[in-house]
Amino acid sequence: MKKVLSGNHAAAVAARLARVQVAAGYPITPATQVFEALAEMRAKGEFPGEFIAAESEHSVMAALLGAATAGARTFTATSSHGLAYMHELLHWVAGARLPVVMVDVNRALAAPWNLGTDQTDSLSQRDTGWMQTYCSNNQEVLDTVLMSFKIAERVMLPSMVVLDGFTLSHSYEPVDVPKQAEVDAFLPPFRPVLRLDPDQPMSFGSLTGPKDYLRLRRRMAADLAEAEDAIEEVGREFGELFGRPYGQLDAYRCEDAETVLVTSGAVGSTARAAVDALRERGLKAGNLRLRAFRPFPARALRAFVRPGTRLAVVDRNLSPGAGGIFASEIKAALYPRSGIAVHGYVTGLGGGDISVELLQEVWERVDAARGADPAPAVWAEDAR
Amino acid sequence: MLEIRFHGRGGQGTVLAAKILADAVLRQGGKQCLAIPEFGVERRGAPVTAYARVSDRPILERTRIHAPDALVVFDPTLYASDILTGLKPGGTVLTNGAEADAARLSERAPGFRFLAVPAGAIALELKLGSASSPIVNTAMCGAAAAVFGLSGLEALLECVREAVPVKAEANVEAARRAYAAAREALHAPA
Repeated sequence: MKKVLSGNHAAAVAARLARVQVAAGYPITPATQVFEALAEMRAKGEFPGEFIAAESEHSVMAALLGAATAGARTFTATSSHGLAYMHELLHWVAGARLPVVMVDVNRALAAPWNLGTDQTDSLSQRDTGWMQTYCSNNQEVLDTVLMSFKIAERVMLPSMVVLDGFTLSHSYEPVDVPKQAEVDAFLPPFRPVLRLDPDQPMSFGSLTGPKDYLRLRRRMAADLAEAEDAIEEVGREFGELFGRPYGQLDAYRCEDAETVLVTSGAVGSTARAAVDALRERGLKAGNLRLRAFRPFPARALRAFVRPGTRLAVVDRNLSPGAGGIFASEIKAALYPRSGIAVHGYVTGLGGGDISVELLQEVWERVDAARGADPAPAVWAEDAR
Repeated sequence: MLEIRFHGRGGQGTVLAAKILADAVLRQGGKQCLAIPEFGVERRGAPVTAYARVSDRPILERTRIHAPDALVVFDPTLYASDILTGLKPGGTVLTNGAEADAARLSERAPGFRFLAVPAGAIALELKLGSASSPIVNTAMCGAAAAVFGLSGLEALLECVREAVPVKAEANVEAARRAYAAAREALHAPA
């Protein structure tokens, strides 16, 4: 049934439909509504899971580490400084191979203080071992939370579902909410092989020497590579059941495009409107949206991009001293394939508008830069 | 696509109004709607902006609206700031006020179409909010639904009833009265 939901409410509804057993949280704008909605459902008896209002985000992730070790399906949502505060425990959860699912609502990090959307919070966690998927609308938020549990529990690694602060988290649009029985058929209960059980004592997270440590990290890397296939397979299965297929990449009008916008998150939706506007002017524009960031969809990207293509990568994030983070990763993934120019644009930091007009301008500048060496990072802004 | 920008003040329910209208568009069927609040720190009394896009096709643009087709103004004191900025020539401004206010605004800003609905007066009659700060959002929803053809009256009233936490019937009545007043203003000779 279709209901008008905000991105935050879509995430909470998905957690309920996934039959989350333990949810923990600590409020932070713009993610707080996820917990408000879950608390309301719990008060009405619609959400039977445990609900832990923790004293900090660090404690939230510590609580989920314990609950997931005991075999519970676990969920939380946070943003910006809350996510940064969890950082240590993110490594713990991934290293312990626990399929926690977390929603991160993108928000800029201080200083200066800013509540606007900005991907630097989630991208700063890229080396923790968490999977990361970026959503472009509220339907995709609901669907991705459901798929993330299935993928996470298959590869036994945690997963972060990322949505743009305010642009998605607080915006309302119709979302198709699947029936509980349909979700149950897609997502069976979580039954880990190993779990904390007083009747079968086991040791978790013990001290290891370098030999075991390296082997465990190597296995983690291999399982993340396998997750690329898992994302495609689960996305296909989801499409068969619910009519909305998903993959690591989402290409729009790229078939004959010589210059392609490369986007992520809600910008990937606006970019489709920009491509339509460029096409109406007879220009060969396309948009390639990256849904997956970890594992980085390097194989899919190499298979997709033709030699001679110019990529206009739009980054609403910044690694100071390096440039846009998606652009850096894309260059690394495509190296040493020749004939693909990767142009990085840094824009929209701290919630600035990435408008249809700005995206057209970025596309046109890159399309005109034939033969020129791409600059490492170009700054762009919608000055309105 | 119809692009509407809402101007109110923190505490007036501007964001909830945009959500109710999105609900009403869905309930009416046939059109898509995306309601976006302004991205900022909400404080009681501070100017608040929200946006709504309504279209026959799926809505892709997830940005602020810089050149709206129409404005919905909850608090007429906001005309002291530049809220008309970007409004398309010939654009409609639905304003909370009396007919005389619309006439005065038309003189001050020719080239736009001002329609007044006494949402504040309706809210006070129904004891929604206080004399210094009436809660006008449900009345403004009724007016906007009528002026922009977003939904029929019944669909709108159901959405209002579901969305407001308290005084549901008074809010439904406010929407009903404003819907009627807006239809009258819409069909009055210019």
